[in-house]
Amino acid sequence: MDQAVFLFEILLPALMQGLVVTLQLIACSAPFGLALGIAVAVGRQYGNPVVSWLCKTFVFLIKGTPLLLLLFILYFGLPSIGITFTAFVASVVGFILCNGAYNAEYIRGALISIKDGQMVAAQALGMTRWQAIRSVILPQALRRAIPGLSNEFIYLIKYSSLAYMITVIELSGAGKLVATKYFTYTESFAAVGIVYLVLVSITTVAVNILEKRVAVPGTTRATAAAQL
Amino acid sequence: MNSNNVVLKVEDIRKSFGENEVLRGVSFDVRRGETKVFIGPSGTGKSTLLRCINQLTPPDRGKVWLDGEEVTNSGARINYFRQKIGMVFQNFFLFDHLTALKNVELALLKVRGMGKAEAREKALTELRQVGMEDWADHYPAELSGGQAQRVSIARALAMDPDVILFDEPTSALDPELTREVLEVMKKLAREGMTMLVVTHEMGFACSVANEVLFMENGVVAEQGSPDLLLHDPRFTRMKDFIGRIDSRMED
Repeated sequence: MDQAVFLFEILLPALMQGLVVTLQLIACSAPFGLALGIAVAVGRQYGNPVVSWLCKTFVFLIKGTPLLLLLFILYFGLPSIGITFTAFVASVVGFILCNGAYNAEYIRGALISIKDGQMVAAQALGMTRWQAIRSVILPQALRRAIPGLSNEFIYLIKYSSLAYMITVIELSGAGKLVATKYFTYTESFAAVGIVYLVLVSITTVAVNILEKRVAVPGTTRATAAAQL
Repeated sequence: MNSNNVVLKVEDIRKSFGENEVLRGVSFDVRRGETKVFIGPSGTGKSTLLRCINQLTPPDRGKVWLDGEEVTNSGARINYFRQKIGMVFQNFFLFDHLTALKNVELALLKVRGMGKAEAREKALTELRQVGMEDWADHYPAELSGGQAQRVSIARALAMDPDVILFDEPTSALDPELTREVLEVMKKLAREGMTMLVVTHEMGFACSVANEVLFMENGVVAEQGSPDLLLHDPRFTRMKDFIGRIDSRMED
């Protein structure tokens, strides 16, 4: 078979279909993963002891077990207790839980780094703790968490390939199908790798732009970003 | 308006941190428009006293009243009292991610529930009060210490407080920046703002304070007009303290 025909008529169309699924997985997971991360970090840092313990335990469980295991439980295990997800939904739920737990740790680190004075000043103006967290602490902490969060987002791009293990034909899965059907392992997986590299590169550039846009003028971070 | 009415009443405030009894029963009344200055060696509970007044540090015992209403044990209503009791900190504590204008606006929007246009208008008025309206769009990291402190004073003023607590407002500033902050505070005092000021600035105390409270070991050791404490032979402890500072500065 002609290499060009294989590439343009078989491999790339298949990968593009897979890419669409990968992008859908990421788009459905990342926003909720971020929201969950914020909620868990704030709950652990500022919640009452029970909430704090729950958040800590959640992070511990997710960090301590493989994501693949979580996906297997969500997809193959839960039907036995009457909860049936489609493979896509099971993947998204798993990714949100995983992404959220790791995001929570990055955000918690950033929350700890905000000086107490910010909270004290907000409360001295009559703000409730919750108002202070929302309007004063989180906006600063999230800026500081961007490097970590972007790291975790890049992981998400890559571990979205685990969805293939529970039958979602996303980018890696599409590559695998083509590879086994046409015995073109090297070409197929190299092409898959290149698509991931492109996705990660776009993310890196986007994060750089985001960091510059939200940088607070006059801070060292802003200065360093401006010099790039 | 009766200028003699008591706006803030502090009664027998006590506070310990572990074994260390920082405040051992402090009481005083503050009349509307009055400036009281707290002086004394470090570690005598002056800052803790201010924080006990607005409950940032809840006292172990004692009571605080604002305009006849109890501030201590007020539950969620403490957030109302904190609007009425402004506070200015040694290290400014401006919100780092917000411009000067937005620092002043924030509590107007979130706590007072003002509309955007109204809050902006009010914030600009307060910045004008402290001579910072030209810096409204600058971020805290772009301001000098003196400018930052003036913005933080504007932020406190914006809530229309009955009294403002100043916790060593110039201790982090060099002499020139100290002067620009003290000018603003003098202006406020002249305009009738009620102020409690913890400071080491004797010049400010002498020219502005209606009363000086000299604190030592968690109690008010001497109390009276600056003139009285500095010149009446019956009072010796504050003079000794100031003498120690002066001799150290001459070294």
